[in-house]
Amino acid sequence: MPKDSGIGASPKRREDIRFLTGVGNYTDDINRPGQAYMHVLRSDMAHARIKNIDTAAAMAMPGVIHIFTGDDFEAIGGIPCGWQVTDRFGEVMKEPKHPVLAHGKVRHVGDPICAIVAETLAEARDAAEAIELDLEELPAVINMADALESGSATVHDELGDNLCYDWGFVEENKEAVDEAIKNAAHVTTVELINNRLVPNPMEARVAIGEYDRAGDMSTLYTTSQNPHVIRLLMGAFVLGIPEHKLRVVAPDVGGGFGSKIYHYAEEALCTFAAKTLKRPVKWVSTRTEAFMSDAHARDHVTKIELALDADNNFTAVRTNTLANMGAYLSTFAPSIPTWLHGTLMAGNYKTPLVYVNVRAVFTNTVPVDAYRGAGRPEATYQLERVIDKAARELGVDPFELRRQNFVTEFPYQTPVAVEYDSGDFHRLVDKLEKSADFGGFAARRAESEKKGLLRGLGVNCFIEACGIAPSNLVGQLGARAGLYESATVRVNATGGIVVMTGSHSHGQGHETVFPQVISEMIGIDESMVEIVHGDTANTPMGMGTYGSRSIAVGGPAMVRATEKIINKAKKIAAHLMEASEADIELKDGAFSVAGTDKSVAWGDVTLAAYVPHNYPLEDIEPGLEETAFYDPANFTYPAGAYACEVEVDPDTGKVTIAKFTTADDFGNVVNPMIVEGQVHGGLTQGIGQALMENAAYDENGQLLSASYMDYAMPRAADVPNFTVDHTNGTPCTHNPLGVKGCGEAGAIGSTPTVVNAVLDAMYSGGHKVDHIDMPVSPSRVWAAMQKG
Amino acid sequence: MYNFDFEKPSSVADAVAALGAEDAQALGGGQTMIPTLKQRLASPSKLVSLTGIADMKGVSASGGAIKIGGATTHATVAAEAGSYPALAETASHIGDPAVRNRGTIGGSLANNDPSACYPAAALGSGATITTNTRDIAADDYFQGMFTTALDEGEIITAVTFPIPEKANYQKFVQPASRFALVGVFVAKYADGVRVAVTGASNDGVFRWAEAEAALSSNFSASALDGLAASGDMISDLHGTAEYRAHLVGVLTKRAVAAAA
Ligand SMILES: Cc1cc2nc3c(=O)[nH]c(=O)nc-3n(C[C@H](O)[C@H](O)[C@H](O)COP(=O)(O)OP(=O)(O)OC[C@H]3O[C@@H](n4cnc5c(N)ncnc54)[C@H](O)[C@@H]3O)c2cc1C
Repeated sequence: MPKDSGIGASPKRREDIRFLTGVGNYTDDINRPGQAYMHVLRSDMAHARIKNIDTAAAMAMPGVIHIFTGDDFEAIGGIPCGWQVTDRFGEVMKEPKHPVLAHGKVRHVGDPICAIVAETLAEARDAAEAIELDLEELPAVINMADALESGSATVHDELGDNLCYDWGFVEENKEAVDEAIKNAAHVTTVELINNRLVPNPMEARVAIGEYDRAGDMSTLYTTSQNPHVIRLLMGAFVLGIPEHKLRVVAPDVGGGFGSKIYHYAEEALCTFAAKTLKRPVKWVSTRTEAFMSDAHARDHVTKIELALDADNNFTAVRTNTLANMGAYLSTFAPSIPTWLHGTLMAGNYKTPLVYVNVRAVFTNTVPVDAYRGAGRPEATYQLERVIDKAARELGVDPFELRRQNFVTEFPYQTPVAVEYDSGDFHRLVDKLEKSADFGGFAARRAESEKKGLLRGLGVNCFIEACGIAPSNLVGQLGARAGLYESATVRVNATGGIVVMTGSHSHGQGHETVFPQVISEMIGIDESMVEIVHGDTANTPMGMGTYGSRSIAVGGPAMVRATEKIINKAKKIAAHLMEASEADIELKDGAFSVAGTDKSVAWGDVTLAAYVPHNYPLEDIEPGLEETAFYDPANFTYPAGAYACEVEVDPDTGKVTIAKFTTADDFGNVVNPMIVEGQVHGGLTQGIGQALMENAAYDENGQLLSASYMDYAMPRAADVPNFTVDHTNGTPCTHNPLGVKGCGEAGAIGSTPTVVNAVLDAMYSGGHKVDHIDMPVSPSRVWAAMQKG
Repeated sequence: MYNFDFEKPSSVADAVAALGAEDAQALGGGQTMIPTLKQRLASPSKLVSLTGIADMKGVSASGGAIKIGGATTHATVAAEAGSYPALAETASHIGDPAVRNRGTIGGSLANNDPSACYPAAALGSGATITTNTRDIAADDYFQGMFTTALDEGEIITAVTFPIPEKANYQKFVQPASRFALVGVFVAKYADGVRVAVTGASNDGVFRWAEAEAALSSNFSASALDGLAASGDMISDLHGTAEYRAHLVGVLTKRAVAAAA
């Protein structure tokens, strides 16, 4: 019997009532009295020297209040980077200045140059057209390999070249890996591109700055996944406003996928302008601006080699990647191709030796940072592509080759720093082989062939490091932040509960899921629990939501705070029933004395806490409110096995996903329905990357796919009905819920599955194509089949 | 968007008069025009909406031809052009429901986007484009991408399609915009076959003469074997020129096979 409440139940998402009936409160729904509007004038050149900015005529235009330029921010901090990578030689990465408004040079199309504040948005836009910009165009640095050539133009002249860092991991293993590859019985190599993506959350970014003169208090309303992080970064590093004078509110947020983690210039601009002008200032990104200013994703060029011994055991992996940083270092950019990528290069396998080299490169493109999966999709894609290719070269079943090399004993210390706490990869594959009906594939292929279509089956196994992250560990790796999470659990006098969490929901469904955990722990109805998030004024300092961390790190924080509540409530109950605290049991929302029929209801205890007439005041304080900060002992390691079947039209190259089946290990699952929804969304984003999405620049640094006319987003009709499963999980061993997190798995596991399937289909038609780069568009598939 | 005046006349004559103002522009369904205005890429002094002109709306069939008012929406054509099924089918795959409920045939033909669907249907059917001043044969009307025979201020009031024995439109969608990456309209008339291709050429919609000749003597897909479309094909993110030329052949065969 499925449960109807608590952990493991699937209540409908309570937040959907407001989202689906148009009563959500998104940042753009907020308007403050006396509000002015900001328009950002952006560079239409990829690389140019700013010779002069003449705002005089624009300032005289109707409705114009003020025009800010880079000069206004010279004395103020730039946009900070939150992670410092140390390179192979022990040197810290090159970290260029990132001015709020371009100063000296513009470095990508979309780089903000002026912020025009006016009474109306139309007036601000009119004034922008009257600004006289004198820009001297410079050669654009676009291609990463070219950018590293000596003599290339430099994005940041003061750095000398375009190399941010040259990272090696594990550097001590380098020679051993080289040696193992030299001595291998077989080496398989794949050179590939992990295509650049534009995140495209449904809600574009919005910021409103407000300043209260009476209290010298600044408020920023913003579309953020982590308001506390923005408060700290912007307050401490950009504007010099201490936390107690700065409030950051991220209300309903319409999706982020990582792109709303980072501190963006417009947030600082609105906050600064509001304080300077003593007016609330609002900025709303257009979709076109989103394409040129939201941090992009992926953009790796990689060569991976897999060495095997004569018995097909993996002996070493060596991979070399160029990772595009774009024009500036976005908040977490340096960590993505390094620590979130290299540490996953062992995958699900016992490969004893791994060496990862990543050179991060500055180019005149939009900055690149984390996006659903962040580094882990890039790791999985290359590893699972090279394994698939090896299986074909060796003539062995692709799952058998994987199975033979699986890690089977846990905890498992990988050669790339991380230690997997739990997992059962064979069980996932066993499940998948049944649910994906591998036995019926030959018949399905024959059916497709009757229609003139080539059918392929692609498989993939993956593991990811989620539940980000143990603070002391990431501190050693260069993080400039802790990555704990917090929760305050406030029990009201009549028993209702408000949880103030540092996690942030931007579509995930925390308001539904978190109460399920409390309901399970106390035995009260979920409707008695309310979740508050997204406002630094009423939530404890927390790090927000990304890296599949809400239930895995935010959840345990709430559990710990709730445990404190229960412990205190037991003391009160013991007092009320004149029993020993040790004998008090909590079940179904009532406290009882073990072995007796004495009991008091949850509400009696909570009332006593706030009306402490009969109360042990000498031992405990009145009230029932507790806070906990939870710092995870390790990452969590969700894993999965995926299978995809595609049909390829040999005449047009069009790929249709016919079937997609998953077997995921998320550890324990709190709300299966929401977990499945997360997997569906992740798979769709991965399929989008594999088949359709491509942020392409021309050689001058113009973004060719700068709107939905050319940037292909997946739609419902582009994906099949997914068959997903998460019932074969192994609980996480180090957090109190045994959960691993599910937000990114679909996006991490799907790209190689799809590409492996397309290649299998092409092979079945006699086209010996060993690799094809994403997006696997009809045009590319057709061209590949002409050659192979 | 910049400021502009707005008029919504109820007759063609009033619309023509209103369009006499300097930098005035006609507004059909606005599906091309409004995004252009929002991007500040156009600054008409005045927009003259054609959607209030009853004479320019609706579908009527008689004497082996179907006449569509210039301000008729794609959705109406999809629903009411049953006497020319391939035309109704073409309209039903333009954009999405919101686009089809607003966008008009006159607007589409006036715009003559190189990837649009109606130009292929009009050219492939040898349609007649009727304006406030004259009738223009489709063969004379399309003059390269975004270029037509229309004069300044000239309004498409109706489009008349002779109904063929058989016809079909094959649209291979560009994955982002869902316009035609390549679209081929094939129509078989008593006096010959017409094949019009959209999406493929830098010269805009065009007739594929060799295919027409081959199909006119033998209306079957195999008649196209060995034929290859040539010309100045578009090459972009979504497909090379070579790929587009190939698709023209594939889609023409499919259109012939599917023609009804
Ligand atoms: C999301 C989206 C998807 C689309 N997908 C497709 C597709 O798959 N296939 C396709 O073919 N098209 C597609 N379109 C374009 C759509 O069909 C437009 O409706 C059409 O191109 C323009 O028609 P309109 O009535 O909206 O014209 P408007 O946008 O109002 O006007 C366009 C131009 O035509 C002029 N004009 C309008 N009416 C007349 C007239 N009667 N006489 C003379 N000039 C006139 C205007 O002055 C303007 O210059 C799509 C559009 C969108 C927004």
